[in-house]
Amino acid sequence: MFKNVGIIGYGAVVPRMRIKLEEIARVWGKDGAKVSAGLNVREKAVAAFDEDSCTLAVEAARIAVRNHDAARIGALFAGSESKPYAVKPTASIVADAIGASPDLTAADLEFACKAGTVGMQACMAMVASGMVDYGLAIGSDTAQGRPADALEFSSGSGAAAFLIGKNPIVELIDTFSFTTDTPDFWRRQHAEFPQHAGRFTGEPAYFKHVLSAAKGLFEKTGTTAKDYDFAVFHQPNGKFPLRAGEMLGFEKEKIKQGLITPFIGNTYSAASMIGLASVLDVVKPGQKIFVVSYGSGAGSDALAFEAKKGIEAARQPEAVFDLIGRDKVYVDYAVYAKHRRKLKTL
Amino acid sequence: MRHALPLIWRKSLERYRLIGCSCENCGTDYFPPRKVCPKCRRKGKIAPKQMPTEGKVYSYSLVHAAPSGFEFEAPYHVAIVELANGVRLLTQIVDSDAAKVKIGAPVKMVFRKIFEDDCEGVIAYGYKFKAV
Amino acid sequence: MTKFGEHWEASFREMVVEAGAKAIADAGIEGRELQAVYGGSMASGRLISQEHIGALIADQMGLAPIPSTRCEAACASGGVAFREGYLSIASGAYDVVAVGGVEKMTDVSAEDVAIALGGAGDQEWELFNGATFPAIYALMARRHMKEYGTTEEQMAACAVKNHANAMHNPYAQYHKAITIEDVMKSGYISEPLKLLDCSPITDGAAAVILCATEKAKKLYPEKAVEVLASSQASDTLALASRQSMTAMNATAVAAQQAFAQAKLAPKDIQLAEVHDCFTIAEIMAIEDLGFFKKGAGGKAAADGETALNAKISVNTSGGLKACGHPVGATGVKQVVEACWQLRGEAKGRQVDDAEHALTQNVGGSGATCVMHIFKRADRK
Repeated sequence: MFKNVGIIGYGAVVPRMRIKLEEIARVWGKDGAKVSAGLNVREKAVAAFDEDSCTLAVEAARIAVRNHDAARIGALFAGSESKPYAVKPTASIVADAIGASPDLTAADLEFACKAGTVGMQACMAMVASGMVDYGLAIGSDTAQGRPADALEFSSGSGAAAFLIGKNPIVELIDTFSFTTDTPDFWRRQHAEFPQHAGRFTGEPAYFKHVLSAAKGLFEKTGTTAKDYDFAVFHQPNGKFPLRAGEMLGFEKEKIKQGLITPFIGNTYSAASMIGLASVLDVVKPGQKIFVVSYGSGAGSDALAFEAKKGIEAARQPEAVFDLIGRDKVYVDYAVYAKHRRKLKTL
Repeated sequence: MRHALPLIWRKSLERYRLIGCSCENCGTDYFPPRKVCPKCRRKGKIAPKQMPTEGKVYSYSLVHAAPSGFEFEAPYHVAIVELANGVRLLTQIVDSDAAKVKIGAPVKMVFRKIFEDDCEGVIAYGYKFKAV
Repeated sequence: MTKFGEHWEASFREMVVEAGAKAIADAGIEGRELQAVYGGSMASGRLISQEHIGALIADQMGLAPIPSTRCEAACASGGVAFREGYLSIASGAYDVVAVGGVEKMTDVSAEDVAIALGGAGDQEWELFNGATFPAIYALMARRHMKEYGTTEEQMAACAVKNHANAMHNPYAQYHKAITIEDVMKSGYISEPLKLLDCSPITDGAAAVILCATEKAKKLYPEKAVEVLASSQASDTLALASRQSMTAMNATAVAAQQAFAQAKLAPKDIQLAEVHDCFTIAEIMAIEDLGFFKKGAGGKAAADGETALNAKISVNTSGGLKACGHPVGATGVKQVVEACWQLRGEAKGRQVDDAEHALTQNVGGSGATCVMHIFKRADRK
């Protein structure tokens, strides 16, 4: 059904500024080392004053389409939960900015942290059906966390974009999704910051959905963890994905390449997608990749891929591990608060 | 509102993608795009053209006294950037250490927010540049 | 003219009337002898929410129903108004006209003034992107430093000299001597330009009466100042689109035309009122006008060659920097200063044996330059 459909280009971006978790902890009188170790997150990426989920989406999209004719993109989905406009699509801005407009369909998608992978599924279906030549799926967030809230220690900024088409460099083997009404995290209309249900977001939410989607895909494809070389999970912190992987039978080594949250924080819609991008930076032809996203509310999309011959030539110019390691600037809480507009008058 | 919405929207493609124009009669590139080639005037033939997105700093200044709408970003760099085709434009330089913002420094285009009319108003996006 | 400064009590129209009445009295004519008015104002709409300045001036001066026209060319509005008045007489249409320039800048916040002045540049492609007027001149300064080795101290020398000149000008906004160190220590506005490299926000008005040459010579044999040349040139609004950022082509072109009309060379000029909205602008002006070689302006300023009664006396009024810069009035104030100097009435700052004076008034960052050369009346 999905023969010859998959990823033909990809790109990830991470803003330049970082704040160490210890610095956030200092402001709120917490033990930074303990918080950091508890979450397995050292620092998080901070979008600048003039960045938002739209500018990050455009930057990621430009990398993903750089070797392709953007005018052939027939569908563009921008997934985010930190949209600059509550009403008015980011997708149309991205389409204009990368030269995909005007002959395409486009929309913003929202499903907490999994809006990006939903976009990938939609694009793959549209390409497979012949409805469009190319589809572009983006996950992008400048993740919000209320000051002093547990989320503030992990909410990062970043984006990843995947160009979907035929003759892929990474072919989709199959996909399976699992969705229920589980309100573990939400943001009401007009509310500035999201609310969450504390530890409820663990077992009945994250783990139940991630594991169910993963097992569903194992069953559908007749595979087990042993059949995959890499596994990427949604990563609200640095610990959940390791535990989920362990429960599914993945060795730590298979998860490491796609585990990015410890270095940039949880980038929400972009989190599992940046993890996948990082795997594409190193994967060899013939190797298989297992991806499971998670979006609060709640649902998971599991996707299985196989890397093809073209992958080496199509790698992004700057690997994710280069992005997270190079040219970063550490800021203190005051500068972070300015850029993220946590001061009331901004 | 400092800028009327149509003023922001009208040139958004040019600002998003750095689309200028070229006179097909004399081969001169222009950014921002012009309706008339100053060299050829009525003999000129103007057509839209994608400008190169890389260039070099031609001149620069660190702005300390910023106009309203930009005050929270001060100090910030503005520069005249000379694109690879020789066309020059005025832009902000972001994500770059001051030591890297020098005449002749290589830069490339990035997509950024230019300003917001206010927190409920329209957002103007466009090009800025960063040191390579 | 009015004193330049912050006039909290005086409105736009009160300043117009004061300057106009002084000019009419100086000419010794009756208001009803005036046949037309040309008024320069750059941004009255933004600054006092008032357009239709031409009619307002005639109205408030009690001159209605004579024709009264506003001229706008950003900071060159005053100079362009003067040129329009000059052309109207040169064409034979009128014998006697009044020219005024006025700006009321302190009724709105400094931020609003900055936005209004920004209108002199390319809003759509330069100011839109976060440039300010100081930034645009700073970009020119940086190139000038790069290409010719001009230094921040040399630029500062222009401000120091202009403040020294203003000490003797009762109409100047500042009567305060400053040092190079004061300028260097002042805070950066847009690097490398500092607060004391920049002209201030000023209220003020200036006016002159123009009359056909032969008539003027007959009526005012001692006082009349002759207009030997009037020229104006334009350039791109956007700084980035200019061929050169270290020379203003509009100034160079206007200078060439003006010197040709007057049949004079730069060496024949004893004093020049040039447009020093920023110190770098004065350095570029004295080069583009041919007083100094391109690139030598900074050194000339630092060496004192532009001081009062030095090689050429530049900005004896104190310039825009120290006399103040009510944008629409500046071009007319330059003419007033030239007249006072050529009549020998510039007490304390008088240029010895002043025979020819030049005024150079720039709009924006050089998109307009309007220039005049004046000659003193033949002395008996």
